[in-house]
Amino acid sequence: MKSPVRLERRLEQPKWLNWAIPLISLLAALAVGAIVLLITGKNPIDVYQRIFERGFLSTRALTGTLRTATPFAFTGLCAAAAFRLGVINIGGEGQLYMGAIGASYVGLVMGNSYPVGIVIIAMVLAGMIFGGMYAGFVGLLRAQFNTNEIITSLMMNYIAGILLNYLIFNSLSYWRDPRSAGFPSGKPLDKRAFWPSYEIAGVGISFGLILAAFVAIAVWVLYKRSRFGFEIGVIADSPRAARYIGIRTKTTIVAVTALSGALAGIGGASQVGDFTHYLDAKGLQLNSFGYTGIVVAALARLNPLGAIVVAILLGGLTNAGYSLQGPDFPSGLVGTLQGLILFTAVAGEILMKYRVKRNTAAKKATVAS
Amino acid sequence: MTNTIAVQMSGVVKRFPGVVANDGVEFTLLRGEVHALLGENGAGKSTLSNILTGLYRPDEGTIELNGAPVSFSSPRDALNAGIGMVHQHFRLVETFSVAENVVLGNPDTAFLLDTAAINERVKELAARYDMAVDPEARIWQLSVGEQQRVEILKVLYRGAQVLILDEPTAVLTPIEADALFRTLRAMTAEGRTVIFISHKLDEVMAVSDRITVLRGGRTVGTVDTSSTNKRDLASMMVGRNVEFTRVQRKTPAQANDVVLNVENLGGHDDRGREALHGVTLTVGRGEIVGVAGVAGNGQRELAEVIAGMRHATTGSVSVEGKVLQSGKARAAIAGGIAHVPEDRLHTGLAAGHSVEDNLALKSYRSSLLSRFGLLRRQAMRDGAEALVERYDVKTPSTQTAVRLLSGGNVQKVLLAREFSTGPKILIAASPTRGLDVGAIESVRERLVEAADGGLGVLLISEDLDEIMSLADRIAVMYEGRIVAVIPAESADRETIGLLMGGSQLEATS
Repeated sequence: MKSPVRLERRLEQPKWLNWAIPLISLLAALAVGAIVLLITGKNPIDVYQRIFERGFLSTRALTGTLRTATPFAFTGLCAAAAFRLGVINIGGEGQLYMGAIGASYVGLVMGNSYPVGIVIIAMVLAGMIFGGMYAGFVGLLRAQFNTNEIITSLMMNYIAGILLNYLIFNSLSYWRDPRSAGFPSGKPLDKRAFWPSYEIAGVGISFGLILAAFVAIAVWVLYKRSRFGFEIGVIADSPRAARYIGIRTKTTIVAVTALSGALAGIGGASQVGDFTHYLDAKGLQLNSFGYTGIVVAALARLNPLGAIVVAILLGGLTNAGYSLQGPDFPSGLVGTLQGLILFTAVAGEILMKYRVKRNTAAKKATVAS
Repeated sequence: MTNTIAVQMSGVVKRFPGVVANDGVEFTLLRGEVHALLGENGAGKSTLSNILTGLYRPDEGTIELNGAPVSFSSPRDALNAGIGMVHQHFRLVETFSVAENVVLGNPDTAFLLDTAAINERVKELAARYDMAVDPEARIWQLSVGEQQRVEILKVLYRGAQVLILDEPTAVLTPIEADALFRTLRAMTAEGRTVIFISHKLDEVMAVSDRITVLRGGRTVGTVDTSSTNKRDLASMMVGRNVEFTRVQRKTPAQANDVVLNVENLGGHDDRGREALHGVTLTVGRGEIVGVAGVAGNGQRELAEVIAGMRHATTGSVSVEGKVLQSGKARAAIAGGIAHVPEDRLHTGLAAGHSVEDNLALKSYRSSLLSRFGLLRRQAMRDGAEALVERYDVKTPSTQTAVRLLSGGNVQKVLLAREFSTGPKILIAASPTRGLDVGAIESVRERLVEAADGGLGVLLISEDLDEIMSLADRIAVMYEGRIVAVIPAESADRETIGLLMGGSQLEATS
């Protein structure tokens, strides 16, 4: 009946736990992954070494990694921004689609008639507005009717996916390329709507990733240094205290959820502007950018700056998974590892708040009312 | 009524960390009687009944049931022995039917429910005790009074001979209460025994055969209802008039220089029921007005409406003649209302936040502490350090989370912040509850000091001694109304005790 160990609440949370626990979580996930690999008859060290090489060890690998990391960074920020308030927005996926729809529309309309800079700014804003409004609806339902945002945001992912399919495959919408005869595809953007990319020591870096880094700093300042962030912290800590000092809790919930969706929306805009240059209905849905963002946020312990680092890490893992896929490298492995990472990261959260103690003297807890 | 003893509890002691909830309680229950347990909050009534129903084990003392010593280790044990409790807060499954709730948790229930037979038995039981309730109705469709009948049926169905009802009328309308009293009579006529926990003198007089009064965890005495009266009961409940020292004020209160003016205030409780009925009161400059009453008579709602945390349904609150916008905490704060809420750690403070953040909780929007929407952390830190020093808060640093501080220091942080906003009125709800003696003393000194400095204080407290020693005037609240306002020097405990128990003043004007 009695467990040999018990959890004791930590009075103080030492600072070093902030990076130690994600690291331990990651290692624990790799260890469990190794067991899975051993069972399937693979050499885990060999597999991990290849993942590392294909993810990080060449300029080509790094370019691919950073490309994959870009949407992860945005969806990671999206999840972190909402989770900090205690709003579990898992709709980053759908909000990213909506951002892509909005940005590609603006790119198509403005691409050949406005200067490059203006078009890019307009695309970013369109992504934010589309993603933000889509998420804002979830926030509104939560604030006004106390609906469970986990369910609404998840359901809205499917709606956004269906909308994407409709726009490209099932209608002659503005987004669909009328010249795509056989397989329907999105209308290509004008070159002037392409986002720039940079090269440092042979490694290609997208405009989107740089933008993500600046956005992360902005989000960090907002949460850690601003009045608004202070209020978010109070609401998350004690809703009654928030009511006591007159914080507009409902408005804040809607605003933060919308902000969270806007961040995922930029991720969608970046997919169009940085990489595909058209609304890629299939490609967007293939990669579960939004869901990976939840893993990113959890492992980064909801720190926006940490989210960028973790996004690159998971980008490398995913990217190596793409290039290694084959008979000796099961395609589900990367997904399995990601799942394990989320699992251990969430478990690690408990170690942040509690410490494990050996159970010594039997102490019976008395229930006092 | 026979005179056999059903339950005999003697020398019962129950200690909790920091308090002795029962300190040698003697309690004798005769078969077939309605026995009222009377006392203020914290007198030990709930602890005693929790011991009798097996929820707590007594640290000392014995319990005898029908002459044989018993020791219960769970409510199930007690129920098997025939002792059942009807809790004030119902424990019902909302989506289940009445009959399903009644048999829920009954070990004799077959795996597959014979619904028809159960419905029949529940209906029969209900009819026998004059309790109108449809066994097939779902709980959520029922009124509060009907839900209480389901709770009683649950206990009766299990064959309880002794029923404990914890403040059963608190949630009932007067008509429902009368119906309940009839049911209790029907039960005792059959030889069952009822313990009726209450603090309302009128209904205790109306329904009980005998009354045991508890105060401060001890038995004051047991009396026959027919040979006592409300006045005697009130004085047993609150204690004889003891000589206590009224605080000496440096600056006398100016009751006529009205700072806080509450007029005809109405408001809802959390469940949306009317909790305040036309409350009118004033607090003058430098005056401490005490609000006495048993908890749950609208004090919390009154404090929250004044502090803007709750909308007023009628009436208004004004400070120095300016009417405050109802339901806007920021307007109340800006209007000069400081508020020390009952629940210090989770309403008055954000417990997971640092001392520094908490000290800035009401002023972080000022230009001193933030600019262009960004916080000025250095200014917050300096301000926090000055306040910690001035109010002598014992904390490792201003960065320590408030939840790690002791109760007294938590209250110091809260008071420091409230005084630092330069208030005109302080609403202090149970400001010393749960503190140790030293901390209580220091909080009281702060309040008096602030009043000497001209601050008007509305002191809401269940501690009558506290109110009588600090307040200049005493307002008594009962069921959402101010039933009397008495100058402190002419107040006596007996009168206040009667008023708190819902009796109208007979002789006193």
